[in-house]
Amino acid sequence: MKTNDVILQTATKIVLFVIVLFSVYIFFAGHYTPGGGFVGGLLTAGAIILLLLAFDMKTVAKILPFNYMNMTALGLLIAIGTGAGALLFNKPFLTHAFTYAHVPVLGKLSLHTAAIFDLGVFLVVVGVTMTIIQTIGEDE
Amino acid sequence: MLMTIVLIAILCISVAIAGLIYRVIKGPTTPDRIVALDAIGINLVAIIALVSIALDTNAYLEVILLLGILAFIGTVAFSKYLEKGVIIENERDR
Repeated sequence: MKTNDVILQTATKIVLFVIVLFSVYIFFAGHYTPGGGFVGGLLTAGAIILLLLAFDMKTVAKILPFNYMNMTALGLLIAIGTGAGALLFNKPFLTHAFTYAHVPVLGKLSLHTAAIFDLGVFLVVVGVTMTIIQTIGEDE
Repeated sequence: MLMTIVLIAILCISVAIAGLIYRVIKGPTTPDRIVALDAIGINLVAIIALVSIALDTNAYLEVILLLGILAFIGTVAFSKYLEKGVIIENERDR
C-alpha cells in the first residue's frame, strides 16, 4: 500500500526551523540561563531525526551532506584547541578569557572563549547522536 | 489566592494524568497507549507551567517548549513504526 505523508512532510518543513532556531537560542543562552551545548546539540539532532522520520535516509543525506564522525572529530578538535590556546599565553590548560567588544550592528557583546568550547560540545553531541541513529537505522 | 488556584489546577491535572495512566496500562490496542502517552506529555507541560508559577521563576520555560517538541517527535516515531514497521526508511518508494 502506498502511503501519503503530505501532512507530516508539510508540518516538518515548518516545525524544523522552529526547532533549529530554539536549539541555537538554547546554545547561545547557556551562559546566563539554563541550556548550553549539550541540550542544544541534542535538540539539533532531534530536528535532524524529525527530518529522517518525515523523509528517508538518502534524501536527508542529500539535504545535509555531513559526515557525522568527522563532525565529532571536529568538535573534539575545537574543544582541545580552546584549551590548548591558553598555553600560548603562559596560562594553565583550559584557562578561558573574555572581553567586551563593540560590534557595529549588534552593539556591546561579551565574547567568551567558553562559547567556542561549548561549540565543540555542540558538534560532538550532534555527531555522536546522529552516528548512533544512522548506524541503527540503516540496517535492513 | 493565586497559590490556591494553582494548587487546585495542579491537582486537577494530576487526576487527568492518573486517568491517562489507567488508559496506558489498560488500553486494549497500541494506538490507545500512544495517544495516552502523548496526552501525558502535554499534561506534563501544563504541570511544569503551573509549578513555575508556584515557584515564581521563569527558569523552566525552555523545558515547556522542549517537552512539546519531544512529545511530538516521539509520537511521530511511534506512529510511523505502527504504520510501516520501520521508523527510518533507507529509501522511500515514490
